[in-house]
Amino acid sequence: MDDVPRSTVCAHCGLCVPAWMVTPGGSEQFCCAGCRAAYELIRGCGLDRYYALRDELAPGSKSIAGSNRQFAEFDDPAFMKLHCRVCDAPAAGACVRTVDLLLEGVHCGACMWLLEKLPQLVPGVTSARLHAGRNVLTVTWDDAAVRLSRICATLAKLGYTPHAARASRDGRAASEQDRAMLARVGVAGALAGNVMLIFLALYAGAFDSMDPGHVRLFRIISTALSVLCLLWPGRVLIDGAIAAIRTRTPHLDVPISLGLVLGTAWGVYNTVRGTGELYYDSISVLIFFLLIGRYIQQKQQRWASSSVELLFSLTPQGATVITEQGEQEVSVESLLPGQTVLVRSGQSVPVDGVVVKGSSTLDRSLLTGESQPVSIEPGQEVFAGTVNVAAPLHVLVSSTGEQTRVGRLMRMVEEGSRRKGRMLLLADRAATWFLVAIVGLAVATLVIWWRVSPSVAIENAVALLVVTCPCGLGLATPMVMTIAMGRAARAGMLIKDAQTVERLADAARSRGVIALDKTGTLTDGRATVVSIEGEMHTLRLAACLVASSNHRVARAIVDAAKRAELTTQPLDLTRVRAREISGRGVIGTVGATNVIVGSEAFVRSRLGASEADGLAKGPGQGPQALSRVAIAVDGKIRTVLSLADQVRGDAREAIASLRSAGLEPIVLSGDEQAVVQSIGRSLGIADEALHAGLSPEEKLAEIESIKARRAVIMVGDGVNDAPALAAASVGIAVRGGAEASLEAADVYLRSEGVRPVVELIAGSRRVMRAIWLTIFTSVAYNVVAATLCMAGLVNPLLAAIIMPASSFTVLAVALLHPSFRPTTSRGVASTDGGVS
Amino acid sequence: MSVLYIVVPLALVIVAVFVAFFVWSVRSGQMDDLDSPATRVMLDDDGTPITRPADRAAKADAARR
Repeated sequence: MDDVPRSTVCAHCGLCVPAWMVTPGGSEQFCCAGCRAAYELIRGCGLDRYYALRDELAPGSKSIAGSNRQFAEFDDPAFMKLHCRVCDAPAAGACVRTVDLLLEGVHCGACMWLLEKLPQLVPGVTSARLHAGRNVLTVTWDDAAVRLSRICATLAKLGYTPHAARASRDGRAASEQDRAMLARVGVAGALAGNVMLIFLALYAGAFDSMDPGHVRLFRIISTALSVLCLLWPGRVLIDGAIAAIRTRTPHLDVPISLGLVLGTAWGVYNTVRGTGELYYDSISVLIFFLLIGRYIQQKQQRWASSSVELLFSLTPQGATVITEQGEQEVSVESLLPGQTVLVRSGQSVPVDGVVVKGSSTLDRSLLTGESQPVSIEPGQEVFAGTVNVAAPLHVLVSSTGEQTRVGRLMRMVEEGSRRKGRMLLLADRAATWFLVAIVGLAVATLVIWWRVSPSVAIENAVALLVVTCPCGLGLATPMVMTIAMGRAARAGMLIKDAQTVERLADAARSRGVIALDKTGTLTDGRATVVSIEGEMHTLRLAACLVASSNHRVARAIVDAAKRAELTTQPLDLTRVRAREISGRGVIGTVGATNVIVGSEAFVRSRLGASEADGLAKGPGQGPQALSRVAIAVDGKIRTVLSLADQVRGDAREAIASLRSAGLEPIVLSGDEQAVVQSIGRSLGIADEALHAGLSPEEKLAEIESIKARRAVIMVGDGVNDAPALAAASVGIAVRGGAEASLEAADVYLRSEGVRPVVELIAGSRRVMRAIWLTIFTSVAYNVVAATLCMAGLVNPLLAAIIMPASSFTVLAVALLHPSFRPTTSRGVASTDGGVS
Repeated sequence: MSVLYIVVPLALVIVAVFVAFFVWSVRSGQMDDLDSPATRVMLDDDGTPITRPADRAAKADAARR
């Protein structure tokens, strides 16, 4: 063993550095280029206190490796208009803007420290403030000094990939509403507290004697406070009830408001006439608790999708038009059918059109989810959003913007979400029964007691309405949902709203269908080396050569070398000279050795078409094989690798769990029949349940046809899944998914694979069970209370005891019942640390 | 205990004042983010000036001249 370095842990992310990637003599080691870049950026600005802070505040938490993504689309004026707010320009020539960015990878206080130092990292940024609970960074910068894309690229390099925080669009209005609600909660609390204090005096006075003047004072004051409580903070409940009655939708606000209004009115009457019971303390505390529930409910994250915005994130906004004068840069909006645009290699195609000149390969994964690039010749059709890989193309424009195929897909997403509509939550459906039962019992009480004395009858009826108020339900069900969704978020499952949880549980209960996308969900989504023919040691040389490339195949080779761990002898990466021929291969030297890595055709052409390699040209490895990659060392092909997109290790087990949960799994994929079949067979899914070669429109059609008969859950990650995700009963987007599928889906899973889906469904069922339990407990209390009222045994003191008791019992059930549990899969890449 | 007729309404006036303060603080956005200030307190700045590579290069150039 030579030169084993002292520490083989990556200085940035803490993961293990394989021995052959170690730089001898270096004091810090890195597991990949991304970590190295992030470390150097942090170090370069003198911010290495970050690492000390991280160990201090959140020991054991891992930073995320940086990425090289450029955010050119963030500079687009349309994007700016949607997401950025302009500040009053203080200095001449300055153009100060503010944007909210949702960041991935924020996990501890040290991250907050680092992020708020952004002004030092990127000149031109005037302030950066992190909202830790929501992982939103508010950045204010001078647009004349630095562009937003540069700021975002720096954030991504550090490991915090930014997304436009959609909420900032209606952010102003939303936060006003939240504040107004919080103000109401506070006022209701103050009023309820004071009413309770006064009633304490009244109760004490009820047992002993109390000066009638004082009694009257207290009664008048508590009436004033209670009426204020009903008309100011409590107003929302009454408005909600009126709206529900007008639109004839069941809502808990109706029985609640009935009790509140009648109770207060009767109390006012009793104060005026000088005798009779007052229930103000129960009523104002009821208002306070209910408003807490509403506040919690209202603060849930709002997602909304608009097709125009989605389109911006998918297609470039600038294009190069070819005219008689030459090339001209224009915005995509100004393009007309009939013009010709130039698409350089590496660029996204901005329009739908026909190729008139140039032949290249196209990465169509945006639309089809297919991992293989296809070759494209003049005369063939291309679509906006696909990536031109190899050589420049001249494209004749046929449609632009919303008329392109991807534009139409995004409109389908928007419509799908709209048509899904609002589902009535279980608690709201229970509201109607409550209302009917309560009113019926109240009327019965009136009738029974009327012959004794009308005022006693009314007393008892009002008491019944107040005491049986479904406060427990009104508070508990939002609490159960919010706590569950919070737990789910910590477990890496971001759920859009309460309806989604109910729909998931219903789908499982009613034997619904779960449609799974293939690439990225059932399979790793990456190319993996599955077999090696020839000499093994060349793998190490090839890995060194391609280490700095971001190409899918390069990463597969590096992974394979790591897994093989061929030698512990460190290799000096500084002696590598590599030149990447885009899309085809890499050629260069490692030390003194010439190495060529690429497709067989590429390598052979570089070597001068030598046929005698000593390697049998074996047939492909079966339908799963993506491609064969050859490694040539010093002029001869020594090794051929076969790559495939492998099925995930836990997928088979996860499919079995889904079946036992009551769901029927099917596969919807854009890839070829043969590939999908072999994967389906290895997972135990019957051939009839496999649908291959589907376009996005066909996936949507399939989902809609199933939805007509049964509930359907869709799991996918690509843009080609987005319309289907929006149309399904529940759409689930998995990690690594495109922006569009995130918008279209109801749930976003931060971990990879199918296992988190299993936990999501199990958790949803537990949540629904908790809600049933709270409804049951609430009803039990109400039955007892109603009986006491009808027997005329209840007085305000008893009511003041029973009602909080029922609320607290229901709350205890809500808090203690298990809901979502964190998945133990290895795929969880970021952990939520000590900030929230 | 006729003082109660004065004291109780007075107490309510004080409550009103505090409620007004509370509503003001909510409306001006002071209650929007209750998580980050808790962590921010823990991160003290030791005041060392932070230099960027570009600045350092400029300083090195200036020193050389």
